[in-house]
Amino acid sequence: MTDTMLRMNTITKTFPGVKALQDVNLSVRRGEIHAICGENGAGKSTLMKVLSGVYPHGSYEGEISLDGEPCEFSAIRDSERRGIVIIHQELALCPQLSIAENIFLGNERASSGLVDWNRTNHEAAELLRRVGLRENPVTPVLDIGVGKQQLVEIAKALSKKVSLLILDEPTAALNDDDSAHLLELLRGLKEDGVTSVIISHKLNEIAEIADSITILRDGRSIETLDMKADHVTEDRIISGMVGRDLEHRFPPHDPHIGDEVLRIEDWTVHSPVQHDRIVVDKANLTLKRGEIVGLAGLMGAGRTELAMSVFGRSYGVGISGRIIKDGKEIEVKNVGDAIAHGIAYATEDRKRYGLNLIEDVQRNVSAAGLRKLARRGWVNEHEEHRVANEFRTSMNIKAPSVMSVTGKLSGGNQQKVVLSKWIFTDPDVLILDEPTRGIDVGAKYEIYSIINRLADEGKAVLVISSELPELLGLCDRIYALANGRITGEAARADATQEGLMRYMTREQE
Amino acid sequence: MSTAPTDTGAPPAAPLEVKPPRRISFNPRQSGIYVAFALIVVLFSFLTGGALLEPQNISNIIVQNSYVLILAIGMILIIIAGHIDLSAGSVVALTGAIAAVLMVNLHVPWPLALIITLIAGAAIGAWQGYWIAYFGIPAFIVTLAGMLAFRALTLSVLGNQGIGPFPDPIRTLSNGFTDGYLGNVALGPLGGADLVSLLVGIVAVAGIGVTQWRKRSARMGYLQEVDPLPLFLLKFGGAGVIVLCVVVQLARFKNLPWVLVLLTVLVLAYSLVMTRAVFGRHIYAVGGNLQAATLSGVKVKSVTFWIFVNMGVLAALAGVIFAGRLNQAGPTAGNAFELDAIAAAFIGGAAVQGGVGKVVGAITGGLIMAVINNGMSLIGAPSERVMLVKGLVLLAAVAFDVWTKRRTGGLKAG
Repeated sequence: MTDTMLRMNTITKTFPGVKALQDVNLSVRRGEIHAICGENGAGKSTLMKVLSGVYPHGSYEGEISLDGEPCEFSAIRDSERRGIVIIHQELALCPQLSIAENIFLGNERASSGLVDWNRTNHEAAELLRRVGLRENPVTPVLDIGVGKQQLVEIAKALSKKVSLLILDEPTAALNDDDSAHLLELLRGLKEDGVTSVIISHKLNEIAEIADSITILRDGRSIETLDMKADHVTEDRIISGMVGRDLEHRFPPHDPHIGDEVLRIEDWTVHSPVQHDRIVVDKANLTLKRGEIVGLAGLMGAGRTELAMSVFGRSYGVGISGRIIKDGKEIEVKNVGDAIAHGIAYATEDRKRYGLNLIEDVQRNVSAAGLRKLARRGWVNEHEEHRVANEFRTSMNIKAPSVMSVTGKLSGGNQQKVVLSKWIFTDPDVLILDEPTRGIDVGAKYEIYSIINRLADEGKAVLVISSELPELLGLCDRIYALANGRITGEAARADATQEGLMRYMTREQE
Repeated sequence: MSTAPTDTGAPPAAPLEVKPPRRISFNPRQSGIYVAFALIVVLFSFLTGGALLEPQNISNIIVQNSYVLILAIGMILIIIAGHIDLSAGSVVALTGAIAAVLMVNLHVPWPLALIITLIAGAAIGAWQGYWIAYFGIPAFIVTLAGMLAFRALTLSVLGNQGIGPFPDPIRTLSNGFTDGYLGNVALGPLGGADLVSLLVGIVAVAGIGVTQWRKRSARMGYLQEVDPLPLFLLKFGGAGVIVLCVVVQLARFKNLPWVLVLLTVLVLAYSLVMTRAVFGRHIYAVGGNLQAATLSGVKVKSVTFWIFVNMGVLAALAGVIFAGRLNQAGPTAGNAFELDAIAAAFIGGAAVQGGVGKVVGAITGGLIMAVINNGMSLIGAPSERVMLVKGLVLLAAVAFDVWTKRRTGGLKAG
């Protein structure tokens, strides 16, 4: 039980402009369940992609050895041949195909080029028994729930004679029962000699199941702890994950907070995919004029879902609850209503949901507030051009002209176009979802300054972010969200990363 | 509070990507089509020994293709929004049949019958638009079903025979020419030409000049980039000369075809809608990035619905004109017209995934095919070879579009 199976030494992985991993060490003992913890962006998934060959040998520095032999994988195929199988956060199943077909996809049970369906379904049934999934192998994957799909992924891994199983956030999308079953299965596999590496944000699960844990922070490996020998508690993990000081990354800001402008009461949202799954659970929050409010939460906590459901029911079904704007309850049935009521939402995925990348800056800036530029349905193009140019100056959008195509701008400048678009609608409440994702440090500072300026103009700003230091540096007040529930609220003076992380990882009792 | 990071000692901003503005902008994706059109015209004038540009032939090209060009206007709107319409040809047949039944069999006065037919077209468009926009069935499927169903309805209305003849005003609209209200003037060696047509041509050129000049001045007033004056004059001069030449040739033949007048009005109106109206902007927004449009408050379903209603009305107009031209509504009318209209839109620079395209581009695309058709038949090429060339031109146009997109750098589809 004590020999080292996998050793990753001084792994460094650089993306253009960013050091994602720096001198990371990881060693996994044979037959253990090894957890990797860290904030979003700490480098966990990148490390696993290096290990599984998604990033081929040569694109990173450092060494990997498995069973004492060096590994130089140039593709996922190579790592799978050595018994390493990775199950990604977003499941990679073909929903229209049957369970059995998915299990043996790319690895078909065939003789002389023809699939042997008897053997396929028979072996699939055996694998399903092993993972404890009572489903017919010919059932299409789209007919089974997410929890069961996760088990199909594991069955698929087992079919490849896995010796090292990597799971990236396996329980993020699962309910409690499915999670418990999955963890039980991992224990069973451990008995069978399968070593697992699990990335998870759910610290209670880690405390329960892991034998040892490696903590990553800002692309570096901080420490590796033996759960039993070191008596590791959740608090201990949290302090390892966050312990960094806030540099002078934030512009100074003196808040002038006024009256309440928006209140959300008992806001409940169900998943559009699984109608019985609650994504946001009786959330209550208030925003005041001139206030910057943070919304903290780990991936899958329901942050974006909360924001988008408030923004004209752009997400979710079975939405209930009340929105009170300036003391009066309002009906927000669609995005048009939301804009009319002075609510704006800048998406976390600006390329997919925020911008028309084939259009120029000026048409993107005017997209949501076009009616302000139009009389009787006709747009005043010159006025539009003037407005766009004003934003180009005031927001410091670095583009050759407002006629430049937005798809060719850098991430930071695209983000400024998105913000301009929403500021132009003259909202009272701005919801900014991950406003600095994928933006370099200099542009981040500019975005923070813009947010401060909006607050000074008397707008309420709700900032959703995965980066706790960002929230602590920027916000006057912070809500924490876990499993769709508001689990805590802290004023800037009282908020600490440890405190927030505790709220964010709080499980329902 | 300042937003400039340099004032506050923040980390340095990203390197500036600002390039000096180019003085002359030539966008091959937008301008290439007009150059290609010019080259094709020159080529066929040469191959036909000038017959292509004879007065009567120019008139024929316009009159024979007017209905496809009208369909192309509706089609480009649909393609910009990211959809397709396969039913247009069948709708042409059905609305032609409706018009014939009303005017010929039931003796409904022609203006009323025309309005009823256009309303019927709108209803057909609304039917398809409902399934596409509100029920969420892909346009390809809905209009494929429409293509079959409306052809079937045409057959059941007409049986196996045509209905005609149409009242004179309808035939004049489809086939006729403006009257020589002011008589002819002599143009030296070119012979006599209709004065009204010439005056209309001169007014049109002057109109183009004035609007372009005002646009240029306004843009300069807002400190936007404009073409330098010589280039501006060259572009305007070129366009003016072409328009005048066409008008002179038409004036020498039989004055202006009414369908040309109608087509000009439609092109101007729809170009204006697509560039200046909120509705037009929303069409581009929907086609460019559906999710972003939705999240910007664009009523995506309503936009989709109305472009199909619009298509229905234009198809009805084309149906009446086509039937009027043949002087009878036939069961096979409009066969494969939708394919010509779709090809016109794509040759004219529309993008396959939507969000890009111009009304004038679609018209030019339609004219390219018209000139190829006409020119090749003038030199006696068999029809299968005409089809082959048209197919290759379509493929080449879209390949060019894809190629320029790839070359100008990694714009991934939203």
